[in-house]
Parts: sequence; C-alpha cells; structure tokens
Amino acid sequence: MLRFILQKLALIVPTIIGITIASFAFIRLLPGDPILAMASQYGVTPERYEILKHQYGYDLPIWQQYFNYVGGILQGNFGISLATKRPVIEEFMTLFPATVELALFAILIAVALGIPAGIFAAIKRGSWFDQITMGVALTGYSMPIFWWGLLLIIFFSGYLGWTPVSGRIAVSFFFPRVTGFMLIDSLIAGKPAGFVSALRHLILPAVVLATIPLAVIARQTRSAMLEVLGEDYVRTARAKGLEPSRVVAVHAFRNALIPVVTTIGLQVGLLMGGAILTETIFSWPGIGKWMIDSISKRDYVSVQSGLLLIALIVMAVNLIVDILYAVINPRIRVQ
Amino acid sequence: MHLMKTLLAATALVAVMGGSVYAKQLVFCSEASPAHFDPGPTTGGNDFDASSRAIYDRLVEFEHGGTAVIPGLAESWEVSADGLEYTFKLRPGVKFHTTSYFTPTRDLTADDVIFSLERQWKEDNAWNKYLEGISWDYFQGMDMPKFLKSVEKGADDLTVVITLNEPNAPMIANLGMDFASIVSKEYADQLLAKNDPAALADFSNKPVGTGAFVFVDYQTDAVIRYQAFADYWRGKVAIDDLIFAITTDPAVRAQKLKAGECDIMSYPAPADVAGLQDDANLQVLEQEGLNIGYMSYNTTVAPMDNANVRKALSMAINKTAIVDAVYEGAGQVAKNLIPPTMWSYDDKIVDTTYDPEGAKKLLADAGVSGLTLDLWAMPVSRPYNPNAQRVAELIQADWAAVGVTANIVTYEWTEYRERGKKPDRPGAFQIGWTGDNGDPDNFFATLFSCSAIGVSNYSSWCNDDFEKVIQDAKKVSDQAERTALYTKAQEIFKAEEPAMTIAHSKVFMPMNKRVVGYTMDPLGIHRFDNVDVTE
Repeated sequence: MLRFILQKLALIVPTIIGITIASFAFIRLLPGDPILAMASQYGVTPERYEILKHQYGYDLPIWQQYFNYVGGILQGNFGISLATKRPVIEEFMTLFPATVELALFAILIAVALGIPAGIFAAIKRGSWFDQITMGVALTGYSMPIFWWGLLLIIFFSGYLGWTPVSGRIAVSFFFPRVTGFMLIDSLIAGKPAGFVSALRHLILPAVVLATIPLAVIARQTRSAMLEVLGEDYVRTARAKGLEPSRVVAVHAFRNALIPVVTTIGLQVGLLMGGAILTETIFSWPGIGKWMIDSISKRDYVSVQSGLLLIALIVMAVNLIVDILYAVINPRIRVQ
Repeated sequence: MHLMKTLLAATALVAVMGGSVYAKQLVFCSEASPAHFDPGPTTGGNDFDASSRAIYDRLVEFEHGGTAVIPGLAESWEVSADGLEYTFKLRPGVKFHTTSYFTPTRDLTADDVIFSLERQWKEDNAWNKYLEGISWDYFQGMDMPKFLKSVEKGADDLTVVITLNEPNAPMIANLGMDFASIVSKEYADQLLAKNDPAALADFSNKPVGTGAFVFVDYQTDAVIRYQAFADYWRGKVAIDDLIFAITTDPAVRAQKLKAGECDIMSYPAPADVAGLQDDANLQVLEQEGLNIGYMSYNTTVAPMDNANVRKALSMAINKTAIVDAVYEGAGQVAKNLIPPTMWSYDDKIVDTTYDPEGAKKLLADAGVSGLTLDLWAMPVSRPYNPNAQRVAELIQADWAAVGVTANIVTYEWTEYRERGKKPDRPGAFQIGWTGDNGDPDNFFATLFSCSAIGVSNYSSWCNDDFEKVIQDAKKVSDQAERTALYTKAQEIFKAEEPAMTIAHSKVFMPMNKRVVGYTMDPLGIHRFDNVDVTE
C-alpha cells in the first residue's frame, strides 16, 4: 500500500512542474498588461511605465521571472497580489472556505439525487422514468451555467421569493469569522437564525453547481448498475429467491459503486471550474470569483499562484480518491 | 408542500428576529470589491466609494450633486496674487475615528495634511512604499510632483501653506479629489512604531479617517460594514449603519434591489432600467454624466492633417442616429468636448451638421478620393460609450455613403489604449472621458494639450492657439476670466475638429422608495452622507 502511495506521489511532481509552467504562461499569453490595467484613466507616462516595470520585476528575462516565481513557492511564498497588495496565500485562505462550503453542498446534492436516480433508471430500464431521467440528465449536462443560474434567480428569488438572490448570508448577520464556513461560524456565534439564512443562501448556487455533476453521476450510476445487473452473481442471487430490493442494494449496488466513486472524485476538478461561473453569478465570495477578477485585472501574481493552489488541491483530492479506490478494490494496488 | 410552507414561515420569522430592528440601515449593492481602503494609491470608482467617500474627508469638497468646490476640512483658503501660494485654514475640533484598532489622542492638525500629501510625493517618506508594488497613480496623473514646491505648516497648527512652482488654477479642484483624502498621521506613526512591515499594511485595510462613516469590517469580496461616526464634524448622519453588498453582475444587482436585499444599486444594465422604473417599490434617479464619448482623428497623418477632411468625415456621420441606436435614450448628442452641466460650457457653438453631400464636396475639394482608414472600436462598454462596436458599424455605413472605406479595428482594452495613443497611430479612434474634478481643465488640458501627446491626446493634436488659451486658463483663478478662455477653446476645437464629439451619457441610480435625500453625483461617485431611510 505504501509503495502504491509513493508511486502516486512520484507522479505528482512532474505534474506540479507542468502546472507552474502552464499557470505562469497562461496569464502572460493573454493580451493586456498588469501595470496599465492598474493605472488610472490618465494612464502612465513611458518613463513611469519603465520604473513600475522594474519595481515589479517585469523587466527581467522571462525565464528569470519564472524561476523567481518557483523559487518563492519553494520557500512557501506565493507572492503579493498586484491588485490588493495582500499576500496571495492570505487571500486564498480567506476565500477558500466559501468555495469548499458551496462545493461540498453541491456534491451532496449531486450524490443524494444522482445515485438513486441512476439506480432506478437502471432497474426500470426503458421505462418512462428511465427515459425522462436520462433526458433531464442530458439537458443538465449541456446547461450553460450562467444562463441557468440567472433563470433560477429570476424564478425562485424574483418571482416566487423563496430564496435570497445572492450572497452567503443576509447582511443583517454579523459575527466573527472562525472557520470561514458560514454554517459553522453562525452556530459558533450562537446564531441559529444565521445558520438558516446561510443555508437558504446556499440552495440556489449549490443547485446550479450540482447540475452537471448530478447529470454525470446519474448517467454513470445507471450504466454501472446495468452492467452489474447482467452479471452471473446477480442472476444467481435472484434465482436463490432473494428479495429484489436486497439483490439491488447488496449485490448489485455495492459493486456498481466502484466506478461511481471514481466519477465523484473526478467531479472535484469540474466543480472548481463550475465554481468560477456559479460564484460570479451569485456574488459568492470564493476562489472562483476571485480568479475571474484577478484575470480581468491581469493580476499576474494572484492568477499564477491561485491556479497552482487550486491545482494542488484538486490533485490532493484525486490522490485521496485513488487511495480510497485501492482500499475498496485490492486489484488496483497490484496493478 | 405543508412542510415547505412551515419551513419557510419559520425561516422568515427567525430571519426577522435575527436582524437588527432598531438601527437605520442602508444597504448599497456595489459593483466591485475595493482593492483596499487607502484612497491614495487606488484608482477605481468602486475603491473611492468604499474608502474616500465614506471614511475620509478632504481639504475641500465638491458640493452634493455638483462640481462646485466648497470648504471641507479647510474652512477657508486664500490664494496669493501670483497664484503660487495657497493658505488653508483648517477647521478646529475635527475628530478622527475611534475604532477597535485605533484611539486618537488629538484632533486634526496641519501635520495630518502635510503627511497625507508628502507620503505620496516624497520618496524618502517612510510611507511612500509601504505596500509592495504601491504606486500613487492619481497623484502622478494630476502632475502633482511637477506643481508642488512645498507643503508646510503656517502660523499655527491649523494653517497649511501649499506653495507651487507655477500657477495652476485647477489645484483647488485637485485637492477635492479622492487621492487627496486626509489620513491620520498619528495612526500612521503608531503603526510605524511597531517596527513590523506587516503592521504597515493595516493602514490600507484598517482605515482611520474623519469622514461620515467609521469602518467596521470587510468580509473579502462580499460585504463592507460601516457605522455612522457619532462625532462627525458636520454632525452625525441620518442613517446608523451603511453596508456595501458587493454584487458584480448588474442583472443580479437589479434582482437584489427588487427583492429588497438592498436599498440602492449602482450601474444598472441599460436593458434593466425600464423594468426597474416600472417597479412600484422603486424609484430611478437619472442625471447627465460628466463625460464625453468621442472619436479622435490622428491630425498628424495625411489626409487627416487637413482640418477640412476631418470636418468632412464628421459631416458624413449621422450622430443623432448613433445616439438613438446605441445609447437607447440614455445619451445626448455632444457638440462640445465638455458636458452641458460643466461651467464654461458654450451653448452658442453650432455643431457640425449631418450633410453627406456637403461632406463629399469637402472631400473632393481637398483632393481626397477613395479614402480608406482604420476605425477603432473599444472592446469594452463604458458609461460614455456603451457599445463602441455598434457605433463603429454605424459610422462605417455612413462613411461608405460618401465613398470612405473604414476597417474596424479592435484590441484588448489596455492594448487598445496603448496602441491608440501612439503619435503615429493611423485612423479614427473611439475613446472617452469621465471628469474627475469638475474643472474644464480636466477635459481640455488632459485630453488635448500638446504635452498629452503620447499619453491621452489620442489626436496627437498640438494647436498653438488652443494650447495658449488652455495654458492661460490654468494661470488665472478668476472664474469669469477662465470661462472666457475656455469659450475660446471650444470655438477653436469646433473649427479644427481634432475629434468628433459623439455623446454625453446619462447615468441611472435605481433605489427603493424608502431611500430619501440621495443626490446623484456628476463625478460618478456614490456617497451616502446625506441619505435617510423611512421605515
């Protein structure tokens, strides 16, 4: 097992190097210039431009800028944001819990609805339920998030008034930040009403963010179940006269779960991508919205370090999923 | 369904219980997060709304809803006869904010004023580089280092003398701008005494000012909280709590306003304005913006070095049609560079009339035929020009009718401006300007002086007569004299047509009907010190 983990870790090193190069290059390949983006509407004179360029180190050869960036990271220094002048790692840690809270809630919705939907669709293969579920899943998978989010806001918040429009909690609630998770902090502060408010604020963005993973999980569960339901041991279980529900729950589902767990793990990367749009629509103060803002300000430092941090987290989650997978399925370890 | 209803009712009940019922609260749905709360080095309107206009005051202020300069922290001032020496008398007894992180021991003095300017100006000031990568863009942009000779204490602790190297009448208006906000030297000294570079950053994220609102908390990218300052020198304002709910998407801001999650919002999307006006709970204020959208001809490149060719190109364009189509009722045709709300606006100027036949004739007389030129379209929407691409298409069609072929050119926004300001840039370049301090100099000299070539004079136009008039206007402080000079400047501008002025746009401010007393600001800032809310 240890060897398996070490092997996985060894693979991560070149990936990280690749990501530092990609994130460093990405923001520099975009047209635009951080110094001009920061300037007032008066612009900067050519002389002042040179001074500022030197001040930020953008007059150095590109490879030297890259090594300064990587050198900083090796020492745990992710740099100072060009826009806010605060350490990038500090900004990241401030905003990250909001994204985690949203993503966890979204994945919860996706799993809680996606797996049962997939199972029933598989059991009732070809029925109207199956057709409708898979049709809806396909629609959800192809849904443009921005449009979908606005539609839900207009209907549920604007027309019905059931959910708040945007934000993490009603502005009337103000309590100290402890964990950065609104649901937890509201309870620590002894404000159950704040907890309810935070929960209500979570619903719409989480539904929007869950839409694509939900569709993927439902379809994946369905096809995994169909495969397993056709296996000999399931037929044997049925032939033994076991209750159909027991056959599905114990014999089929547990085996179908293995590919589904992998799928859920892979959704984490997708959730990060989806969070960018979802957070922007719902003014959700997480790292997705922060990335978009940083890109539009050409905040080189925040973008290159932020992308790296996000990638590290996604890799860590995938590593954990791989390990869990190996725990569930010993054959993986041998390979 | 029953369960759902019960849940919702319970939620609504606890929400009410949790909210503060007694304090008068105003929630502003703002459009972007501030970089931080030091107005010196920041440049965005959203930065200023959150810092300078809420937390700080300046020596002089712009009147509510206008651009006239009125006393602020300085209760009076005198300008020497040669226009070089400005003596400000500070208001006695002005208190700085007491917060959880700072307790002032003294009132405002000349030291605070001197510090507020010197930290931006003198490189040896300990605060000149207090944040990594800091740059004082507005202080530089307004040419303050060129004009300032000294900032010193006068006869007593409440007198400040600012001496200039050369006369500069707009200086007073400059001192009303956000960058010139007065910060606390005592607070700065306390932070410096900690001998910890990290503590210095507190100056930008734990602000202390003398303004109407005390900073309470900033939850990054989400909510900014302020409390009314009980000891505000003008007296405590009507509301108790001011909250900025940062909401970047304009459509979502509009939904929040409709749902009652905020009381007032900035910058509605043009398409949402009608819907907001129809809402029975809302009111939508509107005002002419202090701005101009225009198209600069490069006057150094043939054939546009000929004023008649420039006139012909402008004559060929149906401006009214453009304003109707693109500004959707939120703009007015501009005949002058400065907007009608600004002093010295010359209403006697006759605009170039739309006359394709006349344009053809002028072009033929100038010996120009089969002209092809670049027509630049901004990639972004700005208050002064909501859709430059569409404007470009309409101009392209108008020009085609007089035999001029236009190639529409566009780039990423910063790249666009960089390429546009190059003195040898070909073609006609769409751009615009929003006034910063209400002084005509802020339009004429910033955009069309000879020294602005390569910076913000996109026409590369350097006209001796025009230059003399606008430079003279800087040197006299009498407003009637200055008006006469700027009137002359507008005449020369129209005769020479270095640029075609397109439109001044309107700005909308939707708010709940319970908000009273809000005045829209021509400078585009959002301030809440004279606002009240009815229950």
